[in-house]
Parts: sequence; structure tokens; C-alpha cells
Amino acid sequence: MSVHTDDTGSRIGMWIFLYTEIMLFGGLFILYAAYYHRYAQDFIAAGSETELVLGTLNTAILLTSSFAVAASVEAMRRKASSLAIILLCFAVMLGAVFLFNKYLEWSRDFAIGYYPGSDLMVDGPKGQSIFFALYFVLTGLHALHVIIGMGILCACLILTAKKRITSEKMILLDNAGLFWHLVDIIWIFLFPLFYLLH
Amino acid sequence: MSAEASFYQTPSSPRHRGIAAWLLTTDHKRIGIMYMAVIFTYFFVGVTLGLLMRTELMSVNTKIVSAQTYNALFTLHGVIMIFLFIIPGMPAIFGNFLVPIQIGAEDVIFPRINLLSWYLFVAGGILAIISLFLKGPPDTGWTFYVPFSTTTKTGVTLTVFSVFVLGLSSMLTGINFITTIHRFRNKNMGWMQIPLFTWSIYATAWVQVLATPIIGITMILIIVERLFGVGLLDPSKGGDPLMYQHLFWIYSHPAVYIMILPGMGIISEIFPVFSRKSIFGYRSIVVAGMAIAAIGSLVWAHHMFVSGMSDVAVLVFSFLTFIVAVPSAVKVFNWVSTMYKGSIYMAPPFLFALCFIFLFSIGGLTGLVQGAAGPNVHIHDTHWVVGHFHFVMFGGAGFAFLGGLHFWWPKFFGRMYDFKKAYAGCGMLAVGFMMHYFPMFILGLEGMPRRYYTYLPRYWALNFFGGIGAYIMVAGIALLFINLFMSFRRPDNAPPDPWGGTTLEWSVPSPPPLRNFIEEPVVGPHPYDFTEKEKK
Repeated sequence: MSVHTDDTGSRIGMWIFLYTEIMLFGGLFILYAAYYHRYAQDFIAAGSETELVLGTLNTAILLTSSFAVAASVEAMRRKASSLAIILLCFAVMLGAVFLFNKYLEWSRDFAIGYYPGSDLMVDGPKGQSIFFALYFVLTGLHALHVIIGMGILCACLILTAKKRITSEKMILLDNAGLFWHLVDIIWIFLFPLFYLLH
Repeated sequence: MSAEASFYQTPSSPRHRGIAAWLLTTDHKRIGIMYMAVIFTYFFVGVTLGLLMRTELMSVNTKIVSAQTYNALFTLHGVIMIFLFIIPGMPAIFGNFLVPIQIGAEDVIFPRINLLSWYLFVAGGILAIISLFLKGPPDTGWTFYVPFSTTTKTGVTLTVFSVFVLGLSSMLTGINFITTIHRFRNKNMGWMQIPLFTWSIYATAWVQVLATPIIGITMILIIVERLFGVGLLDPSKGGDPLMYQHLFWIYSHPAVYIMILPGMGIISEIFPVFSRKSIFGYRSIVVAGMAIAAIGSLVWAHHMFVSGMSDVAVLVFSFLTFIVAVPSAVKVFNWVSTMYKGSIYMAPPFLFALCFIFLFSIGGLTGLVQGAAGPNVHIHDTHWVVGHFHFVMFGGAGFAFLGGLHFWWPKFFGRMYDFKKAYAGCGMLAVGFMMHYFPMFILGLEGMPRRYYTYLPRYWALNFFGGIGAYIMVAGIALLFINLFMSFRRPDNAPPDPWGGTTLEWSVPSPPPLRNFIEEPVVGPHPYDFTEKEKK
């Protein structure tokens, strides 16, 4: 069987896949909207309890890593594959820092008792508990995507080093970049919903 | 190896032989046949479970199964028939085998992802089977409504995870078909020259891609709820179970169009071929198919009229439900009109298609009774709903599936089956079907609820009658499949075009060679042009 090389087709497939990812998160965004409608005051009160500094820092980190991936794709297009590798490494490292910050943030939340089922939540208003339930499910699912994305970027890194991804055959890197940008843009929506709600 | 050798003789990767040539293949035809093998197995299991339920209901005091076992039976019957038979059935078997050939391509665009979908499908099925034995079979019904599904002690966690995996498989198949139809069409084939079956798979694939992620996240929510108790769906922690029902039906109502749209595509192929006449209103069928996919995504809440939504929501969703019936009716008119002044050639696939029209129309019209906000309250969760659902899903999608199976069987395997047994099987199935499911409408109107293992004595007569119908149906199904399998003892000499079809799959040998086409396919200006075909 001949190997099909249809970059446009691969890109279309990737965009449709990204669309399914948006729908996956969309289900949770619907829940957020419905519960925000019901518990607006509780949500606003709970929104000021999240760690704004770490959230902002993480937003900056993800945006920078997205830039690094975009730059890496452009570097590959200009046949500078070692620069592309360095930029990919940088992006993966930023992803790891993002996850580390997430870890700090979550351990703080658990220490205070900002998680569903804690004594604090059981005694507090219901909207607060729902807010933190959504917070953990959504940022948790997002963190899972960051991990998967880092895996994909690492795979691209190795394939680039092995010359399996070149400037002529770079659709895999292109699509990996698209996935990373998706992870980034979902965070851009999560950030105001959970950190800027005062 | 000659170019004419069928794909059975030519492994898609020459390195592999025997069973590996199947399990590691990227050939869309082999993958289609592998789906067929798995899906048939599930179908037979599903039929057996259904028959057990009907036997239990044949008299008031039968104690073949306990109440708990009965709950497990209808859950498994639903999960198997829906997630493992009808949803994957037509797109994965017929879609895989036929779509690339119908558009003049060698394969789908992502052959390896296609194989991955098959493995995910098998893995999902295995997970579902394991879930039966770990903590006892799930007893929630195929809808997994909270709060029961998040509190029951049975192994629901693994079952819903298997649904998630099956959804992933279905979604990847959808992405594959959409991209294939966009990119791999023969360069001479415009959008209005695509055969209608491929169009229906295209519409189906969009629904698969649009809606499946929602069931994915809904199933994840059940798992998260069961493992961590976050309370998003738990009223005691501020959650709202109604939100679960919304999320579930946002997928699961469009999913019924995943089940029926490919069936409509198959019927649209069968009618012109056996009427020897171009399909009536090609464009309107295409538009109706896409309209069903679009509007069908907006009617989900008609499953929830008695769940406590606002009256405004009930009226809006009731209105949309009536709207979605219109394109389906357009298609029925088109199929019937295709026969007008045609030259009818009777064969088993056509008999299935005729039965489809009759049964699907009953199913569609009874659906409107449910879609209306008033009567819905009366018949909600009664046997009426079970009757309607089976008329559409079995009388509709199931008969279309069997029709397609008899239509393309010679193309798949190069062997023709016995017509008399096929007619007899189809007749038994249709008669048993009416006896079995029609009484459910009456029972439902009289108030017999669904999902109970026993009932009041006054419902006995119709339940007993329906039970007899069920046995006739199963005998019909057995005869049909035995007849199909018996064809393997016949010589493999089916002609490339046994029915006189016009779409591209009939221009290649039966079974097709590895690369589908021996010479460059010729695409005519219209997919259903019978002027060149002799009248049989």
C-alpha cells in the first residue's frame, strides 16, 4: 500500500480533532455557566480565594511556551532544525514549570480545605463547593492535556533529532504545535473564570 | 500477483501472513470485515438478552430471572445494542468497506487511525464485559442516570469508562470519514455526484464528531463523581442531576441519528437500483440528511419533559422535535416516489427496504406523539416509548442494516445467497416484529411502565402475544444469518454487478482487489443514471 502524504488532509483531520477537544471541555463550560447562573454570589466570593499570583504566572508561562512552539515550527520551516529542538525543549520545560506551579497551588488548596467534601466546604455555601468542584475537574482535565501535550512535543523533539521530521516533512510538528496552542487557549478561558472573578 | 486478485488474497502489508495479515492490516475492506465479525457477535448476544426479557414477561409470575437480574438484562441489552451494534454497525462495517470505493479512492485517508479505531472498539467491548464480572453487572439502564449511577454498588465505573473508549473509537472513525470524503474523492466527482450512502455517512460523521465528546465528558463526570465525590451532580453538595440528563442527551439524542442516517443512506441506494430509475430528488435527500444532522443536534431535551424543566424549554424542544420530523418525511416521500413509473425488480434487499418504509413510518409518527408536550406526560417511561424506539431503531436502522447486508453481501464475499430463505426470513422478521412491538403501544397507553420485571395481571394477554412475536422474530433472524453463512458453501462467482447498480462499487470485481480499482474509475455526471443498464 502506498503511503499517503496529504498534508492538507492531515491538517483538516487535526482541526476536526481539536474541535472535538473543545466540545469535551465545552460540556464542563456548560456546567460552569449553569451553576454560575444559580450561585453567582457564591462563585464570586469563591473566585477571590484562588491564588491569583500563581494563576497569572502560569498564564504567562503557557503563553511563552506557545510562542516557543510557534517559533520552533517557523525555525523548522527555515531548515534550522537545531534551533527548533532548543525551542521545543524550552516549551516542554515551561510545561513542567506550569505543572509544578499547579502542584503548589493544589497543595495550598488542600491544606486550607478548598476541596469538595472538606469540613470547610460542607459547612460553607453550596455554590462555593460547586465552584471548587469545577475548578478541580476543569484544571485537572487541562493539566492532563498539558501532560499529553508535553509527551507529544517530546516525541516531536526525538523525531526531529532523528531527522524523521524535516522542513519537507513537518506536518507532525505542525499538528503537535496546533495541539499545544489548543491547550494554551483553553487555559486562557479557564484563567478569568477561576482567578479573575472578584 | 495479478491486479485482479481479491483483497482476501493480497494482504495490505505484504510482510504479514495469516491472522497477522488481518490484525495488522490497514486495508479499509479488511477492517470493515473485522468490524463485522465483532459486531455480529455482540448482536447475537444482544438478541439473546432481549429474548430472555421477553420470556420473563410472557406470564405474570415467571421467575426465570430475579428483579436484579432483569435490571442487568435491560441495561446490557441497551448498552450492547446501542453502543456495540447500531452506533458502530453501519458506519464501521458498510462505511469502511464502501465509502472509499464509492468515491473512487484506494483507502481512507488515515488507514492506521482506522485500525486504531477498531482496536479501541474491541478494547471498549472487552472492558464492558470485564465490568460485568468485577462488581456485578450494571443495573442502571443504558442511560446511566444520576444519582442512581453514582451511588449503585455495581460496577458502573468500568462500564461508563468502556462507553468513553467506544466513543473515542466512534469519533476517530468520524474524523477519518469526513477528511477522506473531502480529500480523497475522485477528481471528477463533485459534491452533487457523491452516492447517497456516502453522503449519509458524511452527515453521520459530523454528528459523531459534534456530539461524541459530550458523552465522553459526561462519562468522565460519573467516574469522577464515583471516585472523588466532587458533587457536581449531587444535590446534597449543590449539584443538579438535571444537568446530567442535559449532557447525556446532548450526545445521546444526536446518537439516534448516528444510528438511523446511514440506514437512510442504504435505503437511498437500494430504491433506485431495484426501481431501475434515478432517485427522486437527489438534492433534497442530501439536504434533508444534513438538515437531520443539524436539527437533530438541537432536540435533546424532549427526553426530559417530565424531569422538571421550565415550560418554555419544553415548548421550544417540542417545536424543534416536530421540525426534525420534516426532513425524514421528505426522504420517505423521495423513496416512495422513486418507485413511481420505475421498473421494479424484486430481490431480498428491496423487500427489506419496503419493510423499512412501513416500519420506519410507524416509528416516526409515534415519535411525534411523544414529541408533543401533552401526550408525552401520559406515555413517558411506559412501554409506548419502548415500542417507538424499537420501531425506529430496529424497524428502521435494523432493517436498513439487514437490507444493506443482503445488498452488498455479494460484493463483500463474492458469493450469492439463497433468495427464498432470505424472503422467508425477512417475512418472519417483519411479521414477528409487528406482533412483538405493536402491542407495546397499546400497553403503554394503558399505562404499563418500562423496566419492570413483572406487571399487573391485566397486561398479560398482550405481553404473551408479544412474546410469541419475539420468538418468530428471532427465528427469522436465525434463518437470515444461517442463509447468509450458508452462502460460503456456494461457489464464489458473484458477478461484479449482480443487481445492476450504478455507483462505483458495482464497477469493480466482487470481492474488490486490494487497491479497489483495476483501472481508473469513470465518474458519470449523475450517480444514478440507469440509461446504460439493461432491464432485468
